[in-house]
Amino acid sequence: MLPFLARRLLYAVPTLFAVSVIAFVIIQLPPGDYLTTLMADWAAQGGAVESGMVEAMRERYGLDQPIYVQYFKWMSGILLQGDFGMSFEYGRPVSELIWSRLGFSFLLAFLTLLFAWAIAVPIGILSAVRQYSVADYIATFIAFVFLALPNFVLALGMMYVMSAYFGQSVGGLFSAEYVDAPWSLARLWDFLKHVWLPVFAIGTGSLAALIRIMRANLLDELRKPYVTTARAKGLDEFRLLMRYPVRIALNPLISALGWILPAAVSMEILVSVVMSLPTTGPLLLRALLAQDMYLAGSLILLISVLTIIGTLISDILLALTDPRIRLQ
Amino acid sequence: MTDTSSPIDTAPRDPGAAELAVAGQWTLFWLRFRRHKLAVVSLVVVAALYLVAAFAQFIAPSDPNQTNARFTYAPPQAVQLFHEGRFAPHVDGLAMTVDRESMRRVFAPAPEKPVFIEFLAPSAPYRLLGFFTVETKLFGIAGARPGDSLFLFGADRLGRDIFSRVVHGAQISLSIGLVGVFLSLVLGVAIGGISGFFGGTVDVLIQRLIELLRSIPTIPLWMGLAAAIPVGWPPLKTYFFITLIVSLIGWTALAREVRGKFLSMRNEDFVTAARLDGMSEIGIIFVHLVPSFTSHIIATLTLAIPTMILAETALSFLGIGLQPPIISWGTLLQEAQNIRAVAQAPWLLFTPAAAIVLAVLALNFLGDGLRDAADPHGAIS
Repeated sequence: MLPFLARRLLYAVPTLFAVSVIAFVIIQLPPGDYLTTLMADWAAQGGAVESGMVEAMRERYGLDQPIYVQYFKWMSGILLQGDFGMSFEYGRPVSELIWSRLGFSFLLAFLTLLFAWAIAVPIGILSAVRQYSVADYIATFIAFVFLALPNFVLALGMMYVMSAYFGQSVGGLFSAEYVDAPWSLARLWDFLKHVWLPVFAIGTGSLAALIRIMRANLLDELRKPYVTTARAKGLDEFRLLMRYPVRIALNPLISALGWILPAAVSMEILVSVVMSLPTTGPLLLRALLAQDMYLAGSLILLISVLTIIGTLISDILLALTDPRIRLQ
Repeated sequence: MTDTSSPIDTAPRDPGAAELAVAGQWTLFWLRFRRHKLAVVSLVVVAALYLVAAFAQFIAPSDPNQTNARFTYAPPQAVQLFHEGRFAPHVDGLAMTVDRESMRRVFAPAPEKPVFIEFLAPSAPYRLLGFFTVETKLFGIAGARPGDSLFLFGADRLGRDIFSRVVHGAQISLSIGLVGVFLSLVLGVAIGGISGFFGGTVDVLIQRLIELLRSIPTIPLWMGLAAAIPVGWPPLKTYFFITLIVSLIGWTALAREVRGKFLSMRNEDFVTAARLDGMSEIGIIFVHLVPSFTSHIIATLTLAIPTMILAETALSFLGIGLQPPIISWGTLLQEAQNIRAVAQAPWLLFTPAAAIVLAVLALNFLGDGLRDAADPHGAIS
């Protein structure tokens, strides 16, 4: 197990480095540098620009130095001091703005994955065991419709139906009175009342893929001789199914996490913008529209890094459940 | 793979068997594809959608940019086929009153004022497909009087006809899928081919790059790239760049597919035979390898189109993709960006969404059918 873990961690290092370069390139993409934007902004607000402060910031970000020095300064600030730079739009350090939003983003992505699995696994099993039955066709068709429906449209449509026909308040993750309250049972209940809608809207998009993976793998397993053997020995169908083929068919589903997680994070951003959830999505969109590039770049960096770590965890989970992987 | 249930020699021969035995690759492909009923239906739907896009000016009854302050947020008017017992397709006219409290226009159907629909209605001259000058639309209002309206899908906040806008939006939305897929194809086949053909270090590097691109959530990446497009750019340039950004991620799936095929076919008997015959490597690639997995590539491409359509929709919806006055399904959805707009005029959300779902669903089923048909071990009848 240890060599596998070490190898996997070693693989992650160049990936993380590449991701940081991509995020830095995105920061650099808009014309002009950070300070020209900042000074234009200050001038627009009628504030006096102190030349000493500009010089200090130029020094801090290495703006008059070659591009790789700027990258190095940005990265070392993050790694050594947890300093992601300043958000000029909010006038505060980026690190103050992002952590709670990142937390909610990944909580949402995690809940979405749980939801998608809880729905997809039983349906996938049913579709495989009753292949080409009416239930199989209906499940496949509904999953395909959800795949075709953009998540943010689904979220908007659900919000419309909830408010027009059920008179429920929608949007956000909490009711007004719980937004700043400390965690309590009442707040948790309020959270659950709000969170199911985005979780449903995001999770349904991955259903089709998950159901099809589960169905295909289980079908492969069901044709294997050991199933016939177990059946011949008189094991009843349900226990036979659950004890062997389903367990093996679940493995590819765990490795599917590697791309389901990035997809869930992506879709979470879209749905959050529509529902104005306190996650990274709306913040990233605003930062990009305002060209608040240190904030935007840091968000893209952290979202990608956390996704890569999530994928790493799923790989380790897979190795734990399937000895064949770690022995390779 | 041995199929013991129907040994070839003893199977009863039907009259078509002889032709089947010598049928070409594409005939077999078509025979397998035909079994997939849903895919055949989808093929018809996809063809119809692209025809609508190509002849949008002919099909849309009104100019998609023509505003009409009188009909702000007019609701959809349902088509009725019969009027007073005889066949005369028409819609009910709209009676408008102003709600004194909310100061909003309220529309109600007025059956006493029918608006009749005329097929092949005369219109102002326009150019079709870029070169024909035409003075006829597929349908329009028969003998239009002032105050007549024909909003099959309703009207938006400027009183523009949403049906015409959705039809025109098909041009951009459906073509972005095609152009994006073409760019992905070039990238995917070139990079995947290099990876699979050379193998070794090049292969490892390219595979790591693909894994990297797939491990990053795409939407934030797209958003970052799309936001860097200057606002002042001409629409065509923006369109091209959005397509490029969208295809930046699409090529990875294709490259993997191509590489996998190259690797598995490099050692097939027919390739070895060609090599022993003294054929050059380039010749082998283009004469033997590429044709043998063209059908696979077509299937993968078809499945990639809907992803691109959805990506364009998402970016445009967020306001960092295509911008109005370009009409695409994504920019149409921009009008329905918040729950207030949706509550006031649900058709702003539901009609473009229906078009997207129809297109994506049909393309997905079509791609599925093509993929099954491309499987050489698939059953034919």
